[in-house]
Amino acid sequence: MSAKTKVMTSTMVAGAVAVALSASISAPAAAAGKEKCYGISLAGQNDCAAGPGTTCAGTSTIDYQGNAWTLVPKGDCVKYGVESQEAKFELPGERQGSLEALKRDLPTG
Amino acid sequence: MPSWCKASWSEAVSLAELQSDFIDSLRTPSAAAPESLATPGGMRPNRRFNVYRNNVVVSLIEALRSSFPVVERLVGEEFFKATARAYIDHEPPRSPLMFQYGETFGNFLDAFPPAASVPYLGDVARLEFARLNAYHAQDRVPIAITHLSTLPPEQLGEAEFQLHPSLTLLSSRWPVFSLWAASSEQQSAQDVNLDTGEDVIVIRPEYNVDVRCLPSGGYSFLKALQDGASLGDAAGQASEATENFNLAHHLEGLFGLGAVCAVELRNSKQ
Amino acid sequence: MDTPAKTSSAIPPRAGVGLKAAHYSPIQEQRPDIGWFEVHAENYMGAGGPPHRYLEAIRRDYPLSLHGVGLSIGADKPLDRDHLTRLKRLNERYQPGLFSEHLAWSTHDDFFFNDLLPVPYTQEALTRCADHIDQVQETLGRQMLLENPSTYVTFEDSSMSEIEFLRSLSERTGCGLLLDVNNVFVSATNHGYSPEDYLDAFPIERVGEIHLGGHARDQDDAGAPLLIDAHDRAVADPVWTLYARTIGRSGDLPTLIEWDNELPSWQDLFAEAQAADAILVQSQLERSRVAR
Repeated sequence: MSAKTKVMTSTMVAGAVAVALSASISAPAAAAGKEKCYGISLAGQNDCAAGPGTTCAGTSTIDYQGNAWTLVPKGDCVKYGVESQEAKFELPGERQGSLEALKRDLPTG
Repeated sequence: MPSWCKASWSEAVSLAELQSDFIDSLRTPSAAAPESLATPGGMRPNRRFNVYRNNVVVSLIEALRSSFPVVERLVGEEFFKATARAYIDHEPPRSPLMFQYGETFGNFLDAFPPAASVPYLGDVARLEFARLNAYHAQDRVPIAITHLSTLPPEQLGEAEFQLHPSLTLLSSRWPVFSLWAASSEQQSAQDVNLDTGEDVIVIRPEYNVDVRCLPSGGYSFLKALQDGASLGDAAGQASEATENFNLAHHLEGLFGLGAVCAVELRNSKQ
Repeated sequence: MDTPAKTSSAIPPRAGVGLKAAHYSPIQEQRPDIGWFEVHAENYMGAGGPPHRYLEAIRRDYPLSLHGVGLSIGADKPLDRDHLTRLKRLNERYQPGLFSEHLAWSTHDDFFFNDLLPVPYTQEALTRCADHIDQVQETLGRQMLLENPSTYVTFEDSSMSEIEFLRSLSERTGCGLLLDVNNVFVSATNHGYSPEDYLDAFPIERVGEIHLGGHARDQDDAGAPLLIDAHDRAVADPVWTLYARTIGRSGDLPTLIEWDNELPSWQDLFAEAQAADAILVQSQLERSRVAR
């Protein structure tokens, strides 16, 4: 190919539109299944997409501290071959702390 | 006299100063309760003050849990909560709209050393946030593909598409769609091959948020349309990036999703 | 944009409940006989989507009250103008019978701390709150109600009581008051005063709405009971008793059941509202008996 950019001519565009239009008229359902990717639809439950609501209430759960911890991801991710390497570090508990500082503190390698 | 009737006349500290100190203590878990507080029984009310620390942190952790359930499922509750605390400390919300909190959570995860073993986490978070965004986005009625038949065929290359306001495109070097699908409640866990990347479109044309994996070329085509390129230019860019780019197929997919709300001709806006 | 409401906007003097997304479906299916619903304004500040469709459907069938949780009236800093504009739009769109906010603050240095933080009862704070309430009422073109807080600490510098503070604000700005009876019980327990005395001193003639909710128990630094306004369970018995005493004095008032965490089934929440309605009816009977 010598052309730097592939050009889609107006004739090519018009042709593609014509094909798409005829497909939508003749068999819209079949068209969707032709390629897996546009076809997979995970619409999901609305309730899950709604996200958090506000609250004007307090809580008796205690969970505001936790500067130093040693944790590894332990959820579904282990199914996907995550190496469980332990990361030991100090979280920036004081708000002056930054992620940069946090990176420096990490053992490397 | 009951204590709620108690009167004192000293007003030494300004409201600005008092609130500044209050927040400083609030954000420093190891600090004592602020000096401005009354001391019932002569004791610094640390436990009492901790109620506010808790309320802030726990309510924000809960907000992040409901916004990022798949991220939580991927790393487990304990890791997620600790990570959320670090994020909250690093970047507290700037808006009282809780469904907008966490826009930068994905970026935070990218750079968060303890999550380095889960490098796709940031992309999963961006996908989840895109869903949330789509859910609350402006409503707009999509048009059908038959609308294109009303335009002069020779000018179709010049057409510009207005995409749905709820639409977000994501391009990931990880199989973000498969990871999200496998760990979301909609599908039981399955094998995911981490070697291939996936592009995703998130949209809510009507009632339900729709998440779909894009076929190759789809991302560059839609991204170009979203950035205002004409149909011809967007298709040109996509075919440059992808062998055998099939414009007809992508148009069917795009309109089929309800992603197009208006089509305008560049020089004569309709 | 506006949805013509079929139902009158006025909030009736009976029980309502705080509307939660988890209860949309049972409410739409059962159309329960309940006086009204209240929502947190901030949850409906998205541009569109299902939340508005649900709320429009509810608004067609029931009177609605808007309750803000994020305006930060007690902050030293100016109110967030964008947020005020969003509140104005929401008020115009849904025409709620009541609009209320809290005597509290939650913003500082552009950050939003998702909690209702306590206000010192000083002249300076009084002036600041009054200015903010004036601004809200001017922007919305309507009266607002201000809610008494539940608090866990008090300030050395407070120079007046909570009631004096609320009464002054109401007199200066013309705002009404929202009396949260559970908050009274929580604060009274936490700070060691009598909730009955507090309620008797409260400017009841300025109250336009009552809140009831559940609280959790903890301990303070000295091991004394510290109640937490958790809204995660049923209304406690002493709070029901205080409620009956309050409406005995005020007459019927719109009464909201708030349940925000550990949500119950719709049936259980509805039962709480019916319990409040029963107390309202009982109170009417007693008042008419006394009148005879």
